[in-house]
Amino acid sequence: MIPEQFEYFAPSTIDEVLKLMVENDEAKILAGGHSLLPMMKLRFAEATHLIDINGVEALKGISDKGDHILIGAMTTESELIVSELLQQKCPLIPEAAKLIADPQVRNRGTIGGDIAHGDPGNDHPSIMMALDAIFVLQSPDGERTVPANSFFLGTYWTELGENEILKEIQVPVAKPNSGYAYTKLKRKTGDFATAATAVILTLDGDTCSSISIVMTNVGPTALKAEEAENLLAGKVIDESLIEEAAEKAMSICDPAEDLRGDVEYKTHMAGEMTRRAIRIALQRAKGEI
Amino acid sequence: MSTSAESIEREEKLQGVGCSRKRKEDPRFIQGKGNYVDDIKMPGMLCAEIVRSPYAHARIISIDKTEALALPGVHAVLTADDLKPLDLHWMPTLAGDVQAVLADEKVVFQMQEVAVVIANDRYIAADAVQLVKVEYEPLPALVDPHKSMDSDAPVIREDLIGKMDGAHSKRLHDNHIFTWDVGDKESTDQAFEDAEVTVKENMFYHRVHPCPLETCGCLASFDKIEGKLTAYVTSQAPHVVRTVVSMLSGIPESKVRIISPDIGGGFGNKVPIYPGYVTAMVASIVLGRPVKWVESRIENLTTTGFARDWHMEGELAADNEGRIKALRVNVLADHGAFDACADPSKFPAGMFHICTGSYDIPNAYARVDGVYTNKAPGGVAYRCSFRVTEAVYVVERMVDVLAQKLGMDKAEIRLKNFVKPEQFPYPTALGANLDSGDYHTALNKVLDAVDYKELRKEQEEKRANGELMGIGIVTFTEIVGAGPSKSCDILGVGMFDSAEIRVHPTGSALARMGTITQGQAHQTTYAQIIATELGIPSEEIQIEEGDTDTAPYGLGTYGSRTTPVGAAATAVAARKIKAKAAKIAAHLLEVSDDDLEWDVDRFKVKGVPGQEKTMKDIAWAAYNNLPEGMEPGLEAVDYYDPPEYTYPFGAYLCVVDIDKYTGVTKVRRFYALDDCGTRINPMVIEGQIHGGLTEGYAVAMGQELSFDPEGNIEGNSLMDYFLPTAVETPHWETDYTVTPSPHHPLGAKGVAESPHVGSIPTFTAAVVDAFAHLDVTHMNMPHSAYRVWQKCHELGLDKAK
Ligand SMILES: Cc1cc2nc3c(=O)[nH]c(=O)nc-3n(C[C@H](O)[C@H](O)[C@H](O)COP(=O)(O)OP(=O)(O)OC[C@H]3O[C@@H](n4cnc5c(N)ncnc54)[C@H](O)[C@@H]3O)c2cc1C
Repeated sequence: MIPEQFEYFAPSTIDEVLKLMVENDEAKILAGGHSLLPMMKLRFAEATHLIDINGVEALKGISDKGDHILIGAMTTESELIVSELLQQKCPLIPEAAKLIADPQVRNRGTIGGDIAHGDPGNDHPSIMMALDAIFVLQSPDGERTVPANSFFLGTYWTELGENEILKEIQVPVAKPNSGYAYTKLKRKTGDFATAATAVILTLDGDTCSSISIVMTNVGPTALKAEEAENLLAGKVIDESLIEEAAEKAMSICDPAEDLRGDVEYKTHMAGEMTRRAIRIALQRAKGEI
Repeated sequence: MSTSAESIEREEKLQGVGCSRKRKEDPRFIQGKGNYVDDIKMPGMLCAEIVRSPYAHARIISIDKTEALALPGVHAVLTADDLKPLDLHWMPTLAGDVQAVLADEKVVFQMQEVAVVIANDRYIAADAVQLVKVEYEPLPALVDPHKSMDSDAPVIREDLIGKMDGAHSKRLHDNHIFTWDVGDKESTDQAFEDAEVTVKENMFYHRVHPCPLETCGCLASFDKIEGKLTAYVTSQAPHVVRTVVSMLSGIPESKVRIISPDIGGGFGNKVPIYPGYVTAMVASIVLGRPVKWVESRIENLTTTGFARDWHMEGELAADNEGRIKALRVNVLADHGAFDACADPSKFPAGMFHICTGSYDIPNAYARVDGVYTNKAPGGVAYRCSFRVTEAVYVVERMVDVLAQKLGMDKAEIRLKNFVKPEQFPYPTALGANLDSGDYHTALNKVLDAVDYKELRKEQEEKRANGELMGIGIVTFTEIVGAGPSKSCDILGVGMFDSAEIRVHPTGSALARMGTITQGQAHQTTYAQIIATELGIPSEEIQIEEGDTDTAPYGLGTYGSRTTPVGAAATAVAARKIKAKAAKIAAHLLEVSDDDLEWDVDRFKVKGVPGQEKTMKDIAWAAYNNLPEGMEPGLEAVDYYDPPEYTYPFGAYLCVVDIDKYTGVTKVRRFYALDDCGTRINPMVIEGQIHGGLTEGYAVAMGQELSFDPEGNIEGNSLMDYFLPTAVETPHWETDYTVTPSPHHPLGAKGVAESPHVGSIPTFTAAVVDAFAHLDVTHMNMPHSAYRVWQKCHELGLDKAK
């Protein structure tokens, strides 16, 4: 449970971070450390150089930009949970963050690390995809933006380039007449999802004008259930449509068997979480809860 | 005894038996001032890390230490070949088998100890472990114990080939360890043939691990000049460790000092002697420097002391009215690659003969066969008195199965079959001798408290709505306090226990015991016993345990034996002091002993107010003013050999609601009534019960160590292994009755294991009961959402909305 030797840097500006990355081939960014350090301790991940970005103020904070909210990559889960701005304008994020791990992890773990890690078990990828968030990446070559929906390429594999960091995240504020939900099934406190589903939908009268449905931990990346979305968009959602949507969502699941369950169970749980998330989002959009 | 307000006040000040005195240990632990093995540092200390096998079964072709030894800061790399000249490459287990300290030519379970690296610190040692190059030739792994005795099964223990006389019986196969049976097979078989109703069920009590918060460790320091070995060990039985170390090493026992400092939970995991301890000691002897070895969490869960892993077949025979006529049990016990069970030596299946439970069952027979598999050794008593959990599980499950078959209520069938109060002491068909009990009162009290009838009505309504609600009832009887030394020993040492009490001239006292606390609050409760016996305030009584150089010899703390044995020794030792004190008091008051009466903390001359001597006065006199011919001092030692076991019991009831779409099982209510005889400290009892229920919940609902077909262990980190937090833990309701033990000096029985033993089958019973109307009679643990959902899915319950 002891990692191999590594060299440790603690820069305080983004420029310094990028410079260190260029200078040290094998360098790894250290954010909250709650994904990286366990892997290093088990010697699954090798990091000869660690660049600790906890001292980089420019990467922290949550700010109101009118039609969207800007979240620094180094914002911790606990900060997301207590943010009044998010609670009011993007409540899906605090709802999901509360369900991550335990207080110890949430006090250090960051939204940026959760996204950049590319772990399909993490919750933020689904949330970001459901929200249509945009990631701002920075490298020595400059800044670029990548939509959440094209960022995740595979397990531990993202659009992040070699000397590139995730700087901040733009999330759109919730629309009027919209509802959201994140339903997550886990075995216990501190566990990753057996399956989870994020839903955001908007109503036009009784009709669902738009909906996004994204599932956690039932595939190599978070999975956007597009067929289910297409089925529900433009319709008045009822139980039988929810059932059909859940079936469609289940049909794209490709979970890995582990001690949480086999493929069949996880697929069914993704279906059940999807049903529940749609129901809750719908009730919220209607102002029923 | 006088009951004047004045004497009651004096009695309260003592904080004696029956008082909820606050735990004396807590201020230390809460402030982070505990002193655990890993907190102890010695000048010149080195660290040991173990090189472990990636395979469950493989031949070792070669071990190359060169690179590891070349790493600066590495002092030694030891393998079996290095230990051979000292004859320390194998060691005896508590179960009459031997275990490789470091793998000798072959590895027989995944993560087995292959070599040990000794380095300046843990960091260097961890790097060096990776540099030890071991070449293996993988062999087929034997994982399923049902295949252990197949004719073509790979032989796990080549050292035992041809040795068919096992420690406990003839061995039937190279992978067979023992057959143990008890009871009258013929009469039992006959009762089954004659019976109006019979039921049979197979159940698997899965492999779990006690997972104490503190893992196992040892800091050994050999003083070459004195020839003395001192070792701080996470041990629940330090004196036994001393004896074994002396026997193994040849160092005189007087020059071996074992110290169990603060221990962060044991639960049976810290009873055996582990290769890690031995290698730290050997390394210290070889290098002449202190050597520390401390396990990681993964090492703890994987290699030291698992529990259970029994495949049980239970059968009951009864008449149509539900009166039980016979019990038959057959068990296949998976002991892993070495038989390292921690049982009294003559009991390879522990106290399993308690499996007739709380019931008056005229005929019974039980047979257990132990076999080897390519898994870590163990079989420790995880918060239980040696296989009592398994025994209680099988009988409680079977009574439910019988009730379902007969369409009888699960409470009613119990009330019908209980041993009646007037039948005690009750000899069971399998040789236990139940000392005292009142099972009817206990169960009825629980049924009233929860309004059982109303619950059953609610359940019926829920079932009609397609909802799943289950009610589990368990009425268990334990056998604890091993044990009478006529039958109980560990490696030949009788299972007595001891207390030594010294009353100082100014009236305070120091007491030392052969037991060792690991969270049970011995410092608090032992003092209460002495306070009541001798009239010395608890606060002035210092309790010490765990240092074999100072404490009297004892067998340690496990199997709920501290109160039945250690507390009895304490009471008897105190009574020896009191008897001497009476003589001194009589001398001081110039009367005969017979003229005296005891009143809380003093002897009074009967009928003469004001003529009295307090224990304080007497203590002072014991050092300067004694009756003619009496030796000075006020001390006593007692080695208590219990005449019998004690038999705590309880009635538990659990209500669960199951989400049929996810399998998530919510414990809505859990009511636990315990009877442990005399209650020494109700608050400590309450705490122990909460802890035991929570652990029981963990075992029943989530804990499991499983293996893939290659023998790779699964679930051996806390990401998977279930330790409930406050979030998962149900709300516990507790209650009690008091039926003292007739043979224990205080009337007390053990308690801390009851909630674990009793709650586990209660959870299973509740989960199964939720499906009972669908003809489900048993479901194996753990009742994780995954497993419960599988049952829902199989029955098609997760479909209909
Ligand atoms: C017991 C436990 C339970 C957990 N349960 C959950 C859960 O249920 N749901 C969940 O979502 N997560 C869970 N996690 C993971 C946790 O949320 C992590 O904190 C998170 O995945 C990573 O964030 P971090 O800040 O700790 O990143 P780190 O661990 O420091 O880094 C993770 C990876 O991302 C890279 N990285 C970090 N920040 C940046 C950046 N700004 N730019 C580029 N690369 C970067 C690092 O180099 C590293 O490769 C759990 C963790 C633990 C220990």
